[in-house]
Amino acid sequence: MEEKIPAVMMRDITKRFGSVLANDKCWLNIYRGEVLALLGENGSGKTTLMNMLSGIYFPDEGTISIDGKEVTIADPSDALALGIGMIHQHFKLVDVFTAAQNIVLGLPGKLDLKEASRKIREICERYGFDVDPEQKVFDMSVSQKQTVEIVKVLYRGADILILDEPTAVLTPQETEKLFAVLRNMRDDGKAVVIITHKMHEVESISDRVAILRKGHFTGDMLTKDTNAQEMTNMMVGRPVELNIDRPEPEDSRPRIELKDVTVRDEEGLLKLDHVSFTAMSGEVLGIAGISGCGQKELLEAIAGLQPVEEGSISYIEDDGKHEELIGKDPLDIKKLGVALSFVPEDRLGMGLVGNMDLSDNMMLRSYRNGKGLFTNRKDPHHLAEMMVDFLEIVTPSVETPVRRLSGGNVQKVLVGREISNAPKVLLTAYATRGLDINSSYTIYDLINQQKQRGVAVIYVGEDLDVLLELCDRIVVLCGGKVSGIVDGRKTDKNEVGAMMTKLGGVSE
Amino acid sequence: MIQISKRGELTRSKALLIRLLAIALGILACALITVITTRQNPLLVLQALVKGSFGSSRRSWIFFQNTAILLCIALAVTPAFKMRCWNLGAEGQVLAGAMATAACMVLMGRAGLSTAVIIPCMVVSSIIAGALWAAIPAFFKARFNTNETLFTLMMNYVATQIVAYFCVKWENPKGSCKIGVINQKTNLGWLPELGNKYILVLAVVALLTLFMYFYLNYTKHGYELTVVGESDNTARYVGIKVNRVIIRTMALSGAICGIAGLLLVGGINHTVATTIAGGQGFTAVMVSWLANFNPLSMILSSGLLVFLETGANELATSCGLNASFGDILTGVLIFFIIGSEFFVNYHVSFRSKKKEDK
Repeated sequence: MEEKIPAVMMRDITKRFGSVLANDKCWLNIYRGEVLALLGENGSGKTTLMNMLSGIYFPDEGTISIDGKEVTIADPSDALALGIGMIHQHFKLVDVFTAAQNIVLGLPGKLDLKEASRKIREICERYGFDVDPEQKVFDMSVSQKQTVEIVKVLYRGADILILDEPTAVLTPQETEKLFAVLRNMRDDGKAVVIITHKMHEVESISDRVAILRKGHFTGDMLTKDTNAQEMTNMMVGRPVELNIDRPEPEDSRPRIELKDVTVRDEEGLLKLDHVSFTAMSGEVLGIAGISGCGQKELLEAIAGLQPVEEGSISYIEDDGKHEELIGKDPLDIKKLGVALSFVPEDRLGMGLVGNMDLSDNMMLRSYRNGKGLFTNRKDPHHLAEMMVDFLEIVTPSVETPVRRLSGGNVQKVLVGREISNAPKVLLTAYATRGLDINSSYTIYDLINQQKQRGVAVIYVGEDLDVLLELCDRIVVLCGGKVSGIVDGRKTDKNEVGAMMTKLGGVSE
Repeated sequence: MIQISKRGELTRSKALLIRLLAIALGILACALITVITTRQNPLLVLQALVKGSFGSSRRSWIFFQNTAILLCIALAVTPAFKMRCWNLGAEGQVLAGAMATAACMVLMGRAGLSTAVIIPCMVVSSIIAGALWAAIPAFFKARFNTNETLFTLMMNYVATQIVAYFCVKWENPKGSCKIGVINQKTNLGWLPELGNKYILVLAVVALLTLFMYFYLNYTKHGYELTVVGESDNTARYVGIKVNRVIIRTMALSGAICGIAGLLLVGGINHTVATTIAGGQGFTAVMVSWLANFNPLSMILSSGLLVFLETGANELATSCGLNASFGDILTGVLIFFIIGSEFFVNYHVSFRSKKKEDK
């Protein structure tokens, strides 16, 4: 095989943030006509490394060469001049502008929207994008916005594209579409880098994979020469078991019963439409559905955070007594003696306070237990220390603000706190979203431990593979309605997938 | 090429060093300006600065008294700020408290009641007036999500006009459009002196400082307002009644402003005027920010600002310039102090851009 000159060569790249070493002497080669998957756990320095390539950060040490020539990339315009474009996790688009306006925004020269639209259509046709240049951004779905971001960097002449976790916000179908486009770009001779930690995506899209661990470069290889197990081991640094446990439910009895629950959002749109099901103790009940199908409202309704239009949600005690939860706020529910724990989707926006340290975050649930007017700071502090040990939370100390922790560690803090209340009911929303493999499996283990303690777990998930491996029963939502309730041990991906897109899942 | 990057944790002593350096540079800049414009000896500048606040024992007492009042107002705005509720209405809340105090003194004095009756009424009414003045915008924020910055700011003007109205209504001597010293002969409703006339104010504010420190850091209320400030949703998630916390905290904020008004009218000036707060409601914002909302550090930041302002004014006078020159110098000093925060948070480094020759 002939020796290709890499489009990008990064050598001995080091970057520090204060005392934190984000990248330590990293090497990386990116070739044209290849899709490179950059793999690593949360906080392993993938994004930082790519940010240095796209001019957002400047490396403390090391060199970057483009096509064999050493270059200095001081800011994003330098990067763009070298043909490097990055698509970030969070989109940077002006909502009230059209796609075309967003794409030409900030470019020098005369503003000619017609010409721009023509050029955009040309790019779209070439790679198979589906974008209407005249459509306003606020009208677009997440995947369309992402497409605009990609077209934007192509329009500026980028031929080295970096995508930071592009699939985190996409449905499986949209992911497939994106991958088709990426393959077209690769075949066109562009260099594509995709940051991800979903193993099956790496296998389906990439030609080469490079792995980082704790800021170090641990190696790269051709995707076809490796497998998920090997890549995971390299990422984590030790062999990892890739199976999720599913113990048989024991002594199951009804715990939470929903009857005809109907919820409208602030705009009056129907989010839940006569939803009924029962969650049992000692079982994991999965909630599947395309994102935005009422999962959030469902959990918030049970937790007392979402006004319910009609229906009933009852908590059933061991002796069969029913307690109505609708119309009660979280404090009322707690006062009823219902031990309900909730791991919300937006961890730093709802479950935790980013600027507070670990022990103050532990206190969120228990601060009312202090004597008289004063809070008790000692117990939460002990709890935080115990949790750091027990869940192996990586943090400088329990006095560190949680927003400084990486995603996986933030989630461990939240899940740990919620579990420490010895709940009877545990609600989790996308508990492993954005987490790397290692942290995800820790969370699955914690959920299973709760199940064996007799907790009724309601698990809202997006990864069907995980739902099918972890849950005893799965409630499938479709457009705010219950499309069906299936046995997690007997069903398969196709059946659940069909129910997600069509009520009842009856396909032709 | 200049590169700016965010710092990690900075040790306290290092941060303090940066700030002290900034103050020193600020004083240097002031000296430079003074020397260039007046051709005076630069040592005079330093001397004047110190003389302004500590030139005589009376000046020192006044320095402590001014610091205490500024600190009191800063303590008042702090809980609201910690809740991310931008209470810019301290000026008006102080006026409301001052107005209530003056009303008690004037009306009850005329009615011939004794000081023992008047003072408790002054205390209660000033606290209620201040609290109410802050609770009104808080209610609208909680209920209708109005913008508290604009609302509290506008309440300042309302308070000013109310004071102006009563100044004319109760004018003394007649036709002067101002109140003059209330109950000058009888001293009815004047707050008692402890040792000398300054100590009472200092003692009250010292107690308030301790109170606020414990309130913010060790009580459930303090914890709740911090959570509300960080995230409404998190607060609701743990069952905190967000609206109640907003109104309660703002009322507390106003109540302490009311006490500042009480001290100003009952303890220091014994009269009321529209300018009695003198912009300290805004300076207090800076005191609170500079101290990072920590009541104990606010003792230092309020003292520093009062020291600089008094010194700058003294400097202007001793150089034969008017008060505007003092304002300029104060402005320069504050610019340096605030500017130093940038260097506390960011690291600036210079590096040569590599030549792209090979």
